[in-house]
Amino acid sequence: MKGLADAALLAVVAIGSVQGASALRQASWPRRSPAAAILLWQALGLAGGLAAVGTLVGLGLPDGSAGVVRSALHIATAFRLEPVSRILTTLSVAGPLPAILFTVRLACLLAGLALLALLCWVLVASAAAALHARRRQRALLTLLAHGDPKVPGALVVDYPTAAAYCLPGLRSQIVVSVGTLELLGHGELAAVLAHERAHLRERHDLVLLPFTALRRAFPRSATCAHADRAVALLVEMLADDRSLRGRPARELVTALVRFGTASACQTPAGALAAAEGEVAARVARLLQPVRPLPFGAVLAICLAAALLVAAPVALLMV
Amino acid sequence: MLTTVNRLGELERAIMDVLWETDTALTVREVSARLTERNLAHTTVMTVLDRLAKKGFARRQRDGRAWRYCPSATRETYVAELMLTALDQTGDRTAALTRFAQSVSGLEADVLREALEVIEGDGGGDEGTG
Repeated sequence: MKGLADAALLAVVAIGSVQGASALRQASWPRRSPAAAILLWQALGLAGGLAAVGTLVGLGLPDGSAGVVRSALHIATAFRLEPVSRILTTLSVAGPLPAILFTVRLACLLAGLALLALLCWVLVASAAAALHARRRQRALLTLLAHGDPKVPGALVVDYPTAAAYCLPGLRSQIVVSVGTLELLGHGELAAVLAHERAHLRERHDLVLLPFTALRRAFPRSATCAHADRAVALLVEMLADDRSLRGRPARELVTALVRFGTASACQTPAGALAAAEGEVAARVARLLQPVRPLPFGAVLAICLAAALLVAAPVALLMV
Repeated sequence: MLTTVNRLGELERAIMDVLWETDTALTVREVSARLTERNLAHTTVMTVLDRLAKKGFARRQRDGRAWRYCPSATRETYVAELMLTALDQTGDRTAALTRFAQSVSGLEADVLREALEVIEGDGGGDEGTG
């Protein structure tokens, strides 16, 4: 019965990941050490995904098979060499099964493979969509943007509303609108640029990508939506921290406040829910700085993240 | 130190500026004449216009033996497209770009404005909204 036992353990990991995500979302420590929290979110996502796929595939594989991955490979090899009828025999290797159990098994196996395919597909599709959107942005910027001595190294677009963002990638670019230049003072602009440079340098877009993809894969899942928002906020906090090096927090705070309030009236209702409280949370954190977690706690979090990913991998391989 | 990409981009931009400034469709020769940089080869201008047409930024139509080019959309339309994505008004947060700050709702805006007043009140030495 090793196959079933593995599947049960993997199910525990999968459910545990969802529970863990819910706990992490409500915890207050992530804003003290955003990087450690992001690592834990990544581990939860990876472990949850692997375990969910593993559970379904494990249920679909014959009893007594050693490791989900090895059994799956075994069957895949058989698939190449043998006609389908032989595969079906392989699936019921422990002896003839009642038709209903066999059907359930096959359904689980197919569901597991479908989930794996879906996860891979949304990741590729999200990456492709991001690349496409960036290429379009670059093409438009080539025609429309210009430089400005107020913001060295950034592109300026003639647009009255405040906007500042960065296009990550090999040819990364920071873009601000004229509205931003009018809204912010010199020091505030420097803080914004430092914030955006931190995003680019640490490739925060790659951190966000899998979570955005997961949200797209399961648009109705509250857990996926929460995870995406939580990680997005943590990434902003991380960039805030980076931009503070050798600079007073005050400039970043006033920049954030001016920015958030300036465009408030121009955002349609649909887009509001996504950003509820995020700017306020960042401002509060900058105004009343929290001590970063002690080294020991960060180490424990890293260890927990490693174990979290190692558990389903071990169950799948062995 | 201009790379080829930068050089091409500059030309595309200068030529689009010419097209946007003119009401009628222009031939390659007319575009060349309106460019500030005068010593460009005819074929260079033609190549860039061709690229712009391929990218969808310019439209071309036959006029006898020559092509006439005009912009596909106004500059404002493209700026709006650029900024709509940037301000995330499409409602679909993609990982394509990371923004400095999202816009906030009415209540949050009030709280933030109060916070700003407090900061500016006790600091004094702020650089203001230049």
